Amino acid sequence: MPQTKFAPWDDPNQKPLIRFENVTKRFGDFTAIEALTLDIYEREFFALLGPSGCGKTTMMRMLAGFEAPTSGRIELQGQDIASVPPNKRAVNMMFQSYALFPHLTIWDNIAFGLRRDRMPKHDLADRVEEMLKLVRLEQFARRKPHQISGGQRQRVALARSLAKAPKLLLLDEPLGALDKKLRQDTQFELMDIQEKTGTTFVIVTHDQEEAMTVASRVAVMDQGALMQVDTPEQIYEAPNSVYVADFIGDVNIIAGTAQPDADGVVMLNRAEGATPLRTRSEIAFAPGQPCHLAIRPEKIAISAERPEAADNMLQGKVMDIAYIGNLFTYHVELPDGSVIKAQTANTKRLASRSFTWEEPVWIAWTDSAGVLLDR
Amino acid sequence: MKDFRRTLLILVPYLWLLALFLVPFLIVVKISLSDIALARPPYLPQFSWADGIWSFLSQLDLENFAFLASDDLYWKAYLSSLRIALVSTLLTLLIGYPIAYGMARAPEEWRATLMMLVILPFWTSFLIRVYAWMGILSQEGFLNQFLLWTGLISTPLTILNTNTAVYIGIVYTYLPFMILPIYAALDRLDGSLIEAAEDLGCSRLSAFWLVTIPLSRNGIIAGSFLVFIPALGEFVIPSLLGGSGTLMIGKVLWEEFFSNRDWPVASAVAVVLLLILIVPIVLFQRNQQKQGDP
Ligand SMILES: Nc1ncnc2c1ncn2[C@@H]1O[C@H](COP(=O)(O)OP(=O)(O)OP(=O)(O)O)[C@@H](O)[C@H]1O
Ligand SMILES: [Mg+2]
Repeated sequence: MPQTKFAPWDDPNQKPLIRFENVTKRFGDFTAIEALTLDIYEREFFALLGPSGCGKTTMMRMLAGFEAPTSGRIELQGQDIASVPPNKRAVNMMFQSYALFPHLTIWDNIAFGLRRDRMPKHDLADRVEEMLKLVRLEQFARRKPHQISGGQRQRVALARSLAKAPKLLLLDEPLGALDKKLRQDTQFELMDIQEKTGTTFVIVTHDQEEAMTVASRVAVMDQGALMQVDTPEQIYEAPNSVYVADFIGDVNIIAGTAQPDADGVVMLNRAEGATPLRTRSEIAFAPGQPCHLAIRPEKIAISAERPEAADNMLQGKVMDIAYIGNLFTYHVELPDGSVIKAQTANTKRLASRSFTWEEPVWIAWTDSAGVLLDR
Repeated sequence: MKDFRRTLLILVPYLWLLALFLVPFLIVVKISLSDIALARPPYLPQFSWADGIWSFLSQLDLENFAFLASDDLYWKAYLSSLRIALVSTLLTLLIGYPIAYGMARAPEEWRATLMMLVILPFWTSFLIRVYAWMGILSQEGFLNQFLLWTGLISTPLTILNTNTAVYIGIVYTYLPFMILPIYAALDRLDGSLIEAAEDLGCSRLSAFWLVTIPLSRNGIIAGSFLVFIPALGEFVIPSLLGGSGTLMIGKVLWEEFFSNRDWPVASAVAVVLLLILIVPIVLFQRNQQKQGDP
């Protein structure tokens, strides 16, 4: 069977599971969400990414039914859900604060939602055991929430929201309190569950790596607005703004003015006398238009000798070296005082580091390595 | 030296208890074991150094307790007190819970004011407030005048000097003791728990039953004991608002002391009352201790 790429957002015939239509949410005179329009499709693993206070939880709460939009419309399967109370929505939410019932054991917390559905006793016990196993809390079933650790509590909250196998699952920072290993395991577990059950996930996270790993699409938010909604690759490789480029991963931002050339090539003029930088751009620029070049450190090659031929090359000297795991990041200072980060994989042993401090080096990159941004 | 200071520190509350509770209690127990006499104070034996402690102790007996058991007035009074205390605790809970709930749900800036309103009555004398209820509940009282004026009734209701008036008085007096602990419990309750319950399929009402009520349990228990314990021995309210038919042990006790001047029997009544009260007091203490670990 040929593997078709999962991309319902590109298919105009697909009906979204969730549709935000020009949704605004105000608390008093504070606007938490501003005129937001967004479609989320069935079976998506949709990640909301953004700084603290940008309105991620507020969006979740509107989906779960705890807040009503001040204006605009939220649809679930084509139905306006404004009048549907939280307990009648096929949506479960994992709360950022966990909201575990302190008077109930872990077991009863997980069984809580199933009991409301009057699930037969036997099936219920099986389901709870399954969930406990999934989050590896079998031994803690009889404890109360205050008798387990923070990370364990987070897993109980996750298990409780998964138990009912809802159509739409909202996870508000589900893995923040877990250590790296457990977090990765749980991430794969979540993707697995999603694969098996076809549940649609909306997940809030502060961890961009997590968003990149699990998500089918990522929405980057800022102050109640969506900056970009795209696949993780696109967000990383083709950010649409300096904000998004800067928010996701490490990036060099070089400011200047555009000077369009033939064949979609744009030259970026920096300060007087500095070499213009050559870039291919999908978007058109007017001559003299202010713009920014965003280029990832790993796209920049670093060498001691002047490269033979390169679209862009600059000379500088090594100012700082950071060694993270298997990567070297060199901070290269240019003659004008600006600093460019270049990254190389650590193929040799630590002892034979290629460059040292204050060493003059060349950095180079191709004209398609970076993106030119107009905002 | 340090140990000595610590012992002293621990000793202080015990000395306090000894002086203010245990010694008076032992005196009452002693009187309850004595016989009535026309003397000052009106009972015998009196302890004197000349006769020695053994001759004094040998004159004490359990006669008064036997008398309490034989005269069904006392049984009935205890039972009736228990019933009145139980019913009024229940009524207080039924009225107090919604008030506490409303307070906890009120906007932040209103809560201090509402709290003030609940404790405001404590600023006037308890006795005056009970007298005020006499003015309200009597035949020509405000309540009857009002009901007659609205045309709801054509002849005045007899409320004062009945058990109804006693219930009204007790519920009114002890309502704050019910409201405050329940309010404290509800105020601590994390609102997201209710949301989580609704998210998992509870209606508003079932979320209330399954989450709000269990999590305010300690407040309910504390409030109920705080009402039940004093209501059981209550004497002012039944004697001012109750009638000849109102039988409460506090009233009996008062009459034994001051009308009959039978101190020994009155003391026996008091000792039995205390023994009855020990059960709920111990239960209450255990509940308070359990609150430490939720
Ligand atoms: N009930 C409320 N009343 C007033 N302001 C609110 C309320 N709830 C949220 N806000 C405000 O709305 C904004 C968005 O809040 P929200 O909780 O959605 O942020 P967030 O993106 O989830 O942040 P974090 O990553 O820190 O959880 C914040 O500035 C917050 O102060
Ligand atoms: Mg949040």
